[in-house]
Amino acid sequence: MKIVVDFDLCQSHALCTEAAPELFEIRDDGFLYVLNETPPPELQGKAEKAALECPTGAISIQDG
Amino acid sequence: MHKVVIVGASLAGLRTAEALRKRGYDGRVWLVGDEAHAPYDRPPLSKQVLTGEWDPTRVFFRQKEGYAPLDLELVLGKRATQLDSRARTVTLNDGTVLDYEGLVIATGAAARWPDVDRSLEGVHVLRSIDDATAIRQAFGKRPRVLVLGAGFIGLEVAASARKLGLEVTIVEADAIPLAAKFDAKIGESVAAMHRAHGADLRCGTRLVALEGAGRVERARLSDGTILEVDLVVAGIGVTPEVDWLRGSGVVLTNGVECDAACATNLPGIVAAGDVCSAPNTLFGETMRVEHWTNAIEQAQLAAATLLGLPAEPNPMGQVPYFWSDQYDIKLQFAGRVSRADELVMVEGDLSARTYVGLFGRAGVLCGVLASNRPGPFIRFRKLVAERAPFQSAIGATAAGGS
Repeated sequence: MKIVVDFDLCQSHALCTEAAPELFEIRDDGFLYVLNETPPPELQGKAEKAALECPTGAISIQDG
Repeated sequence: MHKVVIVGASLAGLRTAEALRKRGYDGRVWLVGDEAHAPYDRPPLSKQVLTGEWDPTRVFFRQKEGYAPLDLELVLGKRATQLDSRARTVTLNDGTVLDYEGLVIATGAAARWPDVDRSLEGVHVLRSIDDATAIRQAFGKRPRVLVLGAGFIGLEVAASARKLGLEVTIVEADAIPLAAKFDAKIGESVAAMHRAHGADLRCGTRLVALEGAGRVERARLSDGTILEVDLVVAGIGVTPEVDWLRGSGVVLTNGVECDAACATNLPGIVAAGDVCSAPNTLFGETMRVEHWTNAIEQAQLAAATLLGLPAEPNPMGQVPYFWSDQYDIKLQFAGRVSRADELVMVEGDLSARTYVGLFGRAGVLCGVLASNRPGPFIRFRKLVAERAPFQSAIGATAAGGS
């Protein structure tokens, strides 16, 4: 699994940091950082939840 | 179960369809929408679509080929007119009758129009992509814009119009915008922001008549003012779309009355999104929530309930969340503050571009409002879900780092 963020779409709602704090972080600059683009199996459910909950559809999950 | 009909083809309806498939349901799904368009996202309509930053086609959730994996029967441009819950059928306005075993009510809400004549040209509400496209086109003629209502939709329309340099008047019936929903100080600060950006915000007055020869030319207000206007957009709230359910046996109160798992009073019928009124176990009150994240949470619950799977609302999902983009400000709000008794600014102040304010009720953190501070905002939202004591939430600021 690979997490891909479209930073043109991301508006820093930060809901992903709530769904998967291990994978996403909003830093003091107000921008989103992906902490691990290839999450281990135990975090993949959280990554999918983050993608589902993103209000701007900026997060997609790709195979591989 | 082999036949599910979802009435309402917007966010809640589409997400319910997706959730049914994800949970392994392999029967048929009809997704019925009264607009001619495939499902699309509404939040950008009052912002990027109105300003022209986005081509309207960007709001669609899926392209045509994206529907193949969901295996849906998309029934667009047709409106449900009747539910027969005994025969388990839904009738559409073209006479089509759909049988169902499971029914999802996701008809959302319709924009209200004030009690004045609406027959003139140049008057709009903003709910659909067609509304947004029409307003955007009208903006191109450089109209003098009158916005009715200084709620979030009205304020976003005003901000978009000001971004384009249009002359904008906002008319709000209350003395202070947002005061009833939030707090007078917050309302004053938002009002000041709009005035600083050149919008003429008039509070404590209301529209009593629109006049013109064919097209709107003048607006009469209750305080006697007469405004010369070319375009009117109302943002005065919405009404749940439940008329088609009258007489069906589905209990209607403020929308469709559901339990916390989105089940209605009738077996095999669930509801999700703006139309759904459900108990919020975190806040201990029944709510009908018109926010984006509520629609996606309830879609999950509705799908699970329909399939007879456990459907337990998670605490975070029960914290109402919404945002509003106006000018260069992103406001984010989470919680329930209608009866808040305390507001403490833990970062910045209301005259600043960035701030974080916490609302307390009976010593418990019940809401957070942030301007351009998504990181701290989300940490406090979590504390709202945890029902954190107000004093410890205030203290969490320093410990929270950024």
